[in-house]
Amino acid sequence: MSMINYAAREINCKIVYYGPGLGGKTTNLEHIYGKVKPDMRGKLISLATETDRTLFFDFLPVDLGTIRGFNTRFHLYTVPGQVYYNASRKLILKNVDGIVFVADSQVERMEANLESMQNLYDNMAEYGYDLTRMPFVIQYNKRDLPNAAPVGELQSALNPGWEPAEPAKARIIPDPYHSGENLVDQLPGGDWVERVSYFEGVAIEGDGVFDTLKAVSKLVLKALA
Amino acid sequence: MQPGSASWSFDEEDLGAITATVLRFLAETGAHSALIVDRSGQLITTVGQALAFDPTVFATLTAADFSANDQLARLIGETDFTTLFHQGEKESMYVADVARRLILVVLFDTRTPIGLVRLKMKPVVEELTAHLDRACTRARESGNTQPNILAGAGDEIDELFNW
Repeated sequence: MSMINYAAREINCKIVYYGPGLGGKTTNLEHIYGKVKPDMRGKLISLATETDRTLFFDFLPVDLGTIRGFNTRFHLYTVPGQVYYNASRKLILKNVDGIVFVADSQVERMEANLESMQNLYDNMAEYGYDLTRMPFVIQYNKRDLPNAAPVGELQSALNPGWEPAEPAKARIIPDPYHSGENLVDQLPGGDWVERVSYFEGVAIEGDGVFDTLKAVSKLVLKALA
Repeated sequence: MQPGSASWSFDEEDLGAITATVLRFLAETGAHSALIVDRSGQLITTVGQALAFDPTVFATLTAADFSANDQLARLIGETDFTTLFHQGEKESMYVADVARRLILVVLFDTRTPIGLVRLKMKPVVEELTAHLDRACTRARESGNTQPNILAGAGDEIDELFNW
């Protein structure tokens, strides 16, 4: 739930990075922290175990500029990816405005990706949120690894599409980030499907990190407009 | 007010009333600072002495602390814990739920007895709940008290991310 603070002239929004354990969620935040000018971001807080596995969440506030005199402040959170920590993961999703699903591209992690995506749908549904009707993007991380699955396979498994939210959306909508691909498309049988934007990333090098952040932040603000 | 009721917003008058209530509480107890945070971890305002730490981070951790304790409460058969108390050697904090919407965090040192904070907390929470009720009733009656500042801002939003 975004909060517009008229007294401080700030728009506050909450974005959660979700995905399987060791997929690169914290690495995304660490890269953003390292690249954004100190006066545009706060401290990076990590509630982690001794071995640097996220225990509760990581948190980073970043300012992305001013619009109509209001400072846009995004609160970025990660969740613990390990299956065991679902109770704390669910808490972080409360009042979320936008979701980034960070998938691990490695073939061996396909099942973990699917399990985490299902868990995301389930946890969102428990709060009464419909993931298909809110700002949501996917990042396929670790594209540099030799055992990375082809993007097409990851798309089929994690971003297969759903019936468009509104009938007015049942028209070809090109994917602004991938030329020749469509976000809303018609299947040979005549049915329409809508997918979310995806990005290829190598978070440890910073590749795709800001593209992902920009895309989800833009969707969040447009949802308010 | 219904927990989790429809959207709400504070105007300057609401914020002034909340600040006045908390300031009086600080004067009565000798506590030096307070923060008002919403349940999702967004900082609404700080009252009293200037804080020597990042209040945004503090607000986020407070909300997480409160949410985690809520879940612990449910596990032992309670609906929630309405207050939390963290005692340090010199500095302590008392955290109270306000209508399941806001969290009041009070920071105080050894000069303030915890009993006094507890005693004065109940009426201050009731008063803050009344301020919140007013804000929510107004929002409900008028539909939306504030204009949508981003209405029709599609192009400006595109421009914002043109980097």
